[in-house]
Amino acid sequence: MTPRLILVIAGLTLREVARRRILWVLLLLSVASVVLVGWGVERLVTIAREQGVDEVQIRIGVSQVLIMIAFQFSFVLAMSAAFLAAPAIASDVETGTVLAMLARPMRRADLVIGRWLGLSVVVAGYAAVSGLMAIGVVGWLSGHTPPAPLVPVAYLAFQSIAVLTLALAFGSRLPGIAAGAVTVVLFGLGWFAGVLGNIAIAFGAAPLAGLGNVVRVLIPTDGLWRGVIYGLEPPMVLLAAAGRGGTAMEANPFFASTPPPVSFVIWSVLWVALVLAIGVRLFNRREL
Amino acid sequence: MPNLAIETHGLRKAYGATVALDSLDLDVRAGEVFGFLGPNGAGKTTSVKLLLGLTRPTAGTGRVLGLPLGHRGARARIGYLPELFRYQAWLTAREVLSLHTALAGLPAAGRSKEIDRVLEVVGLTGRDRERTGGFSKGMQQRLGLAAALLGDPSLVILDEPTSALDPVGRHDVRGIIREAQTRGSTVLLNSHLLGEVERLCDRVAIVTKGRVVAAGSMTDLLGEPSVRLQVSELPADRASLAVFGPLSDEDGWLTIRPLAPERIPDVVAAVVALGGRIHAVDPGRRSLEDLFLNLVRGQDAAAVEAAA
Repeated sequence: MTPRLILVIAGLTLREVARRRILWVLLLLSVASVVLVGWGVERLVTIAREQGVDEVQIRIGVSQVLIMIAFQFSFVLAMSAAFLAAPAIASDVETGTVLAMLARPMRRADLVIGRWLGLSVVVAGYAAVSGLMAIGVVGWLSGHTPPAPLVPVAYLAFQSIAVLTLALAFGSRLPGIAAGAVTVVLFGLGWFAGVLGNIAIAFGAAPLAGLGNVVRVLIPTDGLWRGVIYGLEPPMVLLAAAGRGGTAMEANPFFASTPPPVSFVIWSVLWVALVLAIGVRLFNRREL
Repeated sequence: MPNLAIETHGLRKAYGATVALDSLDLDVRAGEVFGFLGPNGAGKTTSVKLLLGLTRPTAGTGRVLGLPLGHRGARARIGYLPELFRYQAWLTAREVLSLHTALAGLPAAGRSKEIDRVLEVVGLTGRDRERTGGFSKGMQQRLGLAAALLGDPSLVILDEPTSALDPVGRHDVRGIIREAQTRGSTVLLNSHLLGEVERLCDRVAIVTKGRVVAAGSMTDLLGEPSVRLQVSELPADRASLAVFGPLSDEDGWLTIRPLAPERIPDVVAAVVALGGRIHAVDPGRRSLEDLFLNLVRGQDAAAVEAAA
């Protein structure tokens, strides 16, 4: 690896995203959705207050709305990450640009890691800006702000980096469209397995719960999504859930009683490194 | 033994059952313009990719600039124009070149000046702030050539550098290649435009079906230049013509071999001065095209015979 060349490629990637107007389209979309969400939350809170709904209940309701928004946003973010990263290497190969670049004294790993770094900055930046904007607007309109807003945003960014790493790795071997499609399917599968696994825990169905855990290790995106939910919940919801038997609540895909364990977060970091290494290896072996 | 910029021994590349390159033995001397010729599918581009380490050989060995194939130390001193490619459409020409100076590791201080130099060499001065997405194929090729010339590389590998160019562009490229040679670069020119190769190259290798079937200097391959004249009423005493070279009669044609092509008008004048009447003048040397067609078709014929 040559850090100087990795930074050159990362810079090139950032410039590409800016020049091809992808960044601006994404930002415009998130501003539009934040405006829409703000309008919805404002209506919800105003009507609820007019009808004399308890302030605690309003806050719980708003927190649930925020989680639903985050869910929708995490999906949009995962799709964006997948479809930005999947063609990143593949299109360079298709246009032949890669031949001119790799004939220079750079390793293929420099290209893959540089691409990864540049796209990670874009995706994480997009997650941070949009996520904080949504949390801020909702907080301003309803008075509900998650206890540590940076935590869910960090998990959101981490989740999208995981998706983008997977798409990049597939894209170093497969055509862009195929790599994007496979990544989206795996992401969906991971989420579905997570939901199923949690229902299994609630029902005490051990074998199924075990399967859910295996998938969560193989595709950690759903585990990271749980971190987003946990970070968005008001503490009183957690307390109430603990009092009413947290296990049954686990069946709800929009609820998490505990944050992801530290060991899982460490594993997720290793997972990203591992998938990236596999992507480098696949690209190294590819005939150009 | 001359200093070799490229040497390969039995280089082979197979993709499963498909053999792209059978067995390549190639010697390219430092400082020469070397033509690498062959019909489509002969394995020229595969050879170039092997030399650059863009793909790995199935068998055989090679060295480029004294280093093993694909070595980064060698690649730092090579400029390469790929055959089929498009640069990042969202970059300007100057940004593409700037990217390549960074990837090549050229010293940051001189980069801008070097970019100006190559832009001028390929005739793109003034177009460098335009995005390459709006460039014609010919302009893309000029830009690719500029990128290949950045930093005066020891070895310039050009894969079909004129395929998208008009006659003016081709003429320009010949000048550019000659200039690269005088600046000390070895040039490997991969082309199937035979006239171009004949005019430019010191030595050539012809490949068909993944093997070199002929290699050497133009004189080695094409024989010495000569002239044949169809003359009547020439006096028997024609000893004065012997100053040009050995004379002979071949099928009724007066032949002088060897004879430098620029002396042909002098020969004609001398024959006329002797009272001869000239009906035809044939500057005789096999053209590279004749040789190429013979070799390529000969191989086909041999293959047909072998199959029969």
